[in-house]
Amino acid sequence: MRLLRSPLQSVLTWLVIAVATALPATLYVALENIQALGYQWQDSSQISVFLRRDASAQSITEWRQQLASRQDIAELTYVSPEQAMSEFRQHSGLGDVLDDLEQNPLPPVLLVQPATTASQGAALETLLSDLQAHPLTDDARLDMMWVQRLEQLLLLAGRTVFFLALLLVLGLLLVIGNTIRLAIESRRAEILVVKLVGGTNAYVRRPFLYTGLWYGLGGGLIALILLAAGLYWLSPPVSQLASLYQSDFKLEGLDFITSAQLVLLAGLVGLAGAWLAVGRHLSAIEPQ
Amino acid sequence: MIRFENVSKRYDTGQEALSRVDFHIARGEMVFLTGHSGAGKSTLMKLIMLMERPSHGQVLVGGRQTNRIRGAGIAHFRRDIGVVFQNHQLLFDRSVFDNVALPLQVAGFQVGDIGRRVRAALDKVGLLHKERQNPITLSGGEQQRVGIARAVVNKPALVLADEPTGNLDPELSAEIMTLFRQFNELGTTLVIATHDIDLIGRMNKRVLSLANGRVTSGAAPGGSQ
Repeated sequence: MRLLRSPLQSVLTWLVIAVATALPATLYVALENIQALGYQWQDSSQISVFLRRDASAQSITEWRQQLASRQDIAELTYVSPEQAMSEFRQHSGLGDVLDDLEQNPLPPVLLVQPATTASQGAALETLLSDLQAHPLTDDARLDMMWVQRLEQLLLLAGRTVFFLALLLVLGLLLVIGNTIRLAIESRRAEILVVKLVGGTNAYVRRPFLYTGLWYGLGGGLIALILLAAGLYWLSPPVSQLASLYQSDFKLEGLDFITSAQLVLLAGLVGLAGAWLAVGRHLSAIEPQ
Repeated sequence: MIRFENVSKRYDTGQEALSRVDFHIARGEMVFLTGHSGAGKSTLMKLIMLMERPSHGQVLVGGRQTNRIRGAGIAHFRRDIGVVFQNHQLLFDRSVFDNVALPLQVAGFQVGDIGRRVRAALDKVGLLHKERQNPITLSGGEQQRVGIARAVVNKPALVLADEPTGNLDPELSAEIMTLFRQFNELGTTLVIATHDIDLIGRMNKRVLSLANGRVTSGAAPGGSQ
């Protein structure tokens, strides 16, 4: 193990690789978590159907019965103007002011919870337009815009993470390539002697490729540790925040497969960097 | 063993190191290569080792046309040639044993086999008791003997030595020459480049003289001085 002969140099290289690997990995984890959060919120999307104020109680009941048989509706709640008023009175603290109102300004409302099969995309749009088209409906609202915006933002963020990861992979290639170049320079005398006593290029190349591979794998492992430490540090405040929003949301780290892939990828990048450096610099060292 | 046919070597700088060199060294011979510095001794050695290629003519080693050897073939070709350098080219980051073991490791020998052969070679040069030391702690003569052990550990048919006694006093030089003579008596072909005239005189072997890139005497076997 040549790496252990110069421990400080090796540890520094490992750390550089670890940081460069941990950066895109962290962003990836953040993105995954935000996406999970987004789906949670999307599932709780609700359509508020404001009914015409002149709608008769009987026609409302008929429509509710029709709606209840629809497959794409999971739950249907009717809030009459009186109920709405009393809730508003309780929660707003404006009781006295409301007493001065001559008539109830609140319309009857149907709260429609779409079934999970219809909670997004075209199915949701269909349900919404059906509700809007009904003669009893004054207005039906689904705050879809922010969901769409979130989706677009996540798409953008995903591409940014990918681009950043590409840049950092390039950086890693250069860092490892340079480290291997220095290693080759410092072993110049040995390489010359090995070539003189009949060492093939493959024989000379092999230990440097292993060095690159170990740098990559080691850096990847340290990156995983950094990531786990960061998650551990962030988890308590995140779940506290989530509990304030009545959510049981939890930060999720990388699963085993993804972790293994990350370490393997770092190792491959190390190998590739070493390959590039060896290809460029080893052939230049020939006995004179 | 070695045959040069009308070999010329002109470097990119325009300097002609060898011109129209013809000679033959038979298997089992021990030949001294002599001449002033710049006469072409080093170039001749490099052509045999395939560190340089002739500009003209051809070099045959062990019956093979060397100009046809390319790529990994060069490495395999060199495994059959032992080389001793003036500055011995030992590696100071490892023990005497590991220095001598290098040609065997490169050739892919088994670990047990390596141990046996390295100890036999070190025994021949009288340094078996120093196998664990770093070569930097050895004297100049001892370092050169380690270099010789490394050159012969693979039992090559041909050993080249470039000024092997260049930095040694007469007594140590004589010791080294005795070693070479012993290897020669075991059948190894030896080519020793040197300008130590006294040493050559005492050895009574064939001398190949070079001057200004041309062979001036000793081109054919049997023509000892």
